Amino acid sequence: MTYLAKPPLHHPTLEKNRVGYTRRDYEGKISTLCAGCGHDSISAAIVQACWELDIEPHRVAKLSGIGCSSKTPDYFLGASHGFNTVHGRMPSVLTGANLANRDLLYLGVSGDGDSASIGLGQFAHAMRRGVRMAYIVENNGVYGLTKGQFSATADQGSKSKKGVVNSDSPVDLVGMALQLGATYVARGFSGNKAQLVPLIKGAIQHGGAAFIDVVSPCVAFNNHPGSTKSYDWVREHNEAVSRIDFISLETQSAGEPEPGEAVDVRQHDGSLLRLRSLHAGYDPTDRRKAMACMQEYQARGEIATGLLYVDPLATDLHTALNTSAQPLNALSEAQLCPGAAALDKLNAALR
Amino acid sequence: MKPIEAVNDFVVKFANVNGSGSASANELFAKAILRMGVPVSPRNIFPSNIQGLPTWYEVRVTEAGWLGRRGGVDMMVAMNPQTWDADVAEIEPGGYLFHDSTRPLPPAKFRPDVHVIGMPLTEICNAVYSDPRQRQLFKNIVYVGALSVLLEIDPQVIEKLFGEQYRGKEKLLASNVQALHLGRDFAREHLEWPLGIRVRRSDKVGNGIFIDGNSAAALGCVYGGATVAAWYPITPSSSVAEAFQKYCAKYRVDPTTGQNRFAIVQAEDEIASIGMVVGAGWNGARAFTATSGPGVSLMTEFIGLAYFAEIPATIINVQRGGPSTGMPTRTQQADLLACAYASHGDTRHVLLFPEDPHECFEHAAAALDLADRLQTPVFVMTDLDIGMNQRLCKPFAWEEGRRYDRGKVMSAEDLEAGKDFGRYKDVDGDGIPWRTLPGTHPTKGSYFTRGTTRDPYARYSERGPDYIYNVERLLRKFRTAATLVPQPLLRIASQATRLGVLYFGSTSPAMAEALVALEEEGIHLDAMRLRAFPFPDSVAQFIAAHDKVFVVEQNRDAQMRTLLVNELEVDPARLVKVLHFDGTPITARFITAAILKQVEAMAPKARPRAPAQELLK
Repeated sequence: MTYLAKPPLHHPTLEKNRVGYTRRDYEGKISTLCAGCGHDSISAAIVQACWELDIEPHRVAKLSGIGCSSKTPDYFLGASHGFNTVHGRMPSVLTGANLANRDLLYLGVSGDGDSASIGLGQFAHAMRRGVRMAYIVENNGVYGLTKGQFSATADQGSKSKKGVVNSDSPVDLVGMALQLGATYVARGFSGNKAQLVPLIKGAIQHGGAAFIDVVSPCVAFNNHPGSTKSYDWVREHNEAVSRIDFISLETQSAGEPEPGEAVDVRQHDGSLLRLRSLHAGYDPTDRRKAMACMQEYQARGEIATGLLYVDPLATDLHTALNTSAQPLNALSEAQLCPGAAALDKLNAALR
Repeated sequence: MKPIEAVNDFVVKFANVNGSGSASANELFAKAILRMGVPVSPRNIFPSNIQGLPTWYEVRVTEAGWLGRRGGVDMMVAMNPQTWDADVAEIEPGGYLFHDSTRPLPPAKFRPDVHVIGMPLTEICNAVYSDPRQRQLFKNIVYVGALSVLLEIDPQVIEKLFGEQYRGKEKLLASNVQALHLGRDFAREHLEWPLGIRVRRSDKVGNGIFIDGNSAAALGCVYGGATVAAWYPITPSSSVAEAFQKYCAKYRVDPTTGQNRFAIVQAEDEIASIGMVVGAGWNGARAFTATSGPGVSLMTEFIGLAYFAEIPATIINVQRGGPSTGMPTRTQQADLLACAYASHGDTRHVLLFPEDPHECFEHAAAALDLADRLQTPVFVMTDLDIGMNQRLCKPFAWEEGRRYDRGKVMSAEDLEAGKDFGRYKDVDGDGIPWRTLPGTHPTKGSYFTRGTTRDPYARYSERGPDYIYNVERLLRKFRTAATLVPQPLLRIASQATRLGVLYFGSTSPAMAEALVALEEEGIHLDAMRLRAFPFPDSVAQFIAAHDKVFVVEQNRDAQMRTLLVNELEVDPARLVKVLHFDGTPITARFITAAILKQVEAMAPKARPRAPAQELLK
């Protein structure tokens, strides 16, 4: 029922943000996903994050691949242009879109089938290139739209709804993102909105490739005993290693943090990110330690969540390519076409 | 044995070893003749290899300006022992064999009907140079020097070319000039010169330019306003992207900031390349990719998305021999059907068929306009023969002040004024809907782009009537495309005739020559050069006006003929196949012989049998 629009009416006292929008202005069409689907919670977190960041909805481009998760961009940011591309190929389309207009914010939404199976290559190369985007994988370990097959992120030994035990090793997208050079890597849980909203805000504001793996249980096909992506399992086995406490676009100091408790990092655009470590000795600005920590958690069958790694001064593909500050899609003939005289000169050199 | 006598009309073929540095010497040879005002048409015949395998360079010297491959060799410069036997066998009776005589060869290795010119190239070079690399590289220049004496090529022209090539590199310049004269001095002293085949100054080059089609296509993309290029290396298309990089560095850097007005990404594969092009096109930048057949196969899913979601994309397909990996370094026109109907479901795509570098430039720029106007993928169907060989062609032209056709893009003002926006709605009757770019307006004009079916307002719909409205509109759009693409060019025969011929792309120069040869045989053909798919009405009219129409193409399965039969519902019996598909460029001799044979078969008594059989040998 994705063509159903929500009634635009809302309570007149609903709070507006600094650009004059209420939270309702960030919503989209009514979701057609199953009741209780983790993905709807992620959509709600995206709505909340964009509202809190005072982003004008039409300045966001939302792109996705194919699958349950990839349908969700229709259910948030209705005033934004969206693009539901082909299976596993969102990263390349987003890369091209980003190159065309660097002034928009790019939100890439994908699933575990979309990014870890058919799209593993494009996921990897987008991370490598440092395409500036918030790349969110809504990870439920299962193919929902085709009714319950394992995906590549399903844990070895976990059981499908039909009772089949998965014998393949899982693809760990977080580990890969860290290894491949992503400059903002986080993991969230769709059942923990308080943690997820700041993670999304941080990803949107990040200057390079930001990746968030959000464990998002599938109520229809992967929420049973024996699954390691069920609400119950994830609630019992996740541990937050860090928390983003504060994100501000202001450049002034937010007051000194308590020593040893938190660290303030200045980002590419001058804003301040305050990170609070919840795990003794965890330093989210150390890529190698983050990778080691992830592997320790994984070996114990635990799921580490929170902001796992950030390079606050990260830059992106545009910096690498030295593209003009004016978006490429806004350049005029005079800026693009060398003209007839230059061509005559070139002709002369070809004789 | 009567040696071949010809002035400004002969073929010299160089047989070399890949990676020996022969390419630049051979190119120098061709360019020197061109500078003497005599048209040349060179062709690289090279292996899929970097070093060691055989490679050939064939130069047709042609005062008459026939730029197709002629077939046959009048002089072989045999520098590769691996291919000696085949190379010697290829020489026309009375032709010339130039070879390195440092090591003597048994008489059985030669032909009595070929004039042999031996020169101890290795010995000469070993005496002068001590560095092994220099010995190898300058051997090539030494034979060019000898050939300049034998064929009477003006050495000053060659020295001037050296001067241009090595400007500012005086040491290299001097050593090349030295090698040239080493060859010249030996030839003058020890060889009989000039030969029966000779170059004489002329004025037939005019204001023509000499460039390869891939560079020309890249330049067309610069002039046509492409800002995003995404590609994956594949022979024979890689030099399109490389040339785009080169021209952008020259023409597209903001002089004040030093920043680039372009973005080039070498993607991880062809799927990502076309994905980036689609993303950029969706977001309003002009974008292209360059690839070859295997790349198109990989891109097919995205091409279907771009067709159905209506996103501009320009794809330069430098065709090579297929199927599969096929003949990566040989030429064919065998991707017509794969491109015209790429992707699952009912799809049709716009194809352009440039004939030479001049049109590669024009069609690349036109494709970017057409892609925006029609909001669909547009293929520029060039091939290895055009793309990777330097060709004498008309100079590039650009009308000062020419504007880009950005197509139907609704602005914030349009939306603000309350203009109705239905992303997939035909409001103008041409099948082309209006689109908006992301970020245009805070509350109006946003929509969700998808490959699934939708209603005219881009809302998801699987209703039959919505689906039919949409796909019939796409057909209407395709009919509009036929009026916008480069139109076919007609050449009427000097005498009224019931026979016609259709051809396209790199067949063009061979066809022009064949038409003259056929006319000398008394066979008159009206000729139409197709320049695009979909076919304008004039193509159906041309076929209807003739009893039989030959369709000349470079593939096994008569793909253009299939397109004509399928799209125009022509009786297949009226379209006669003329097919060349061994991977070498089609020749005038081949076309002439094939058509002669067919005409004879149509009216057996009307023609003597001998000439056709002779030509088919």
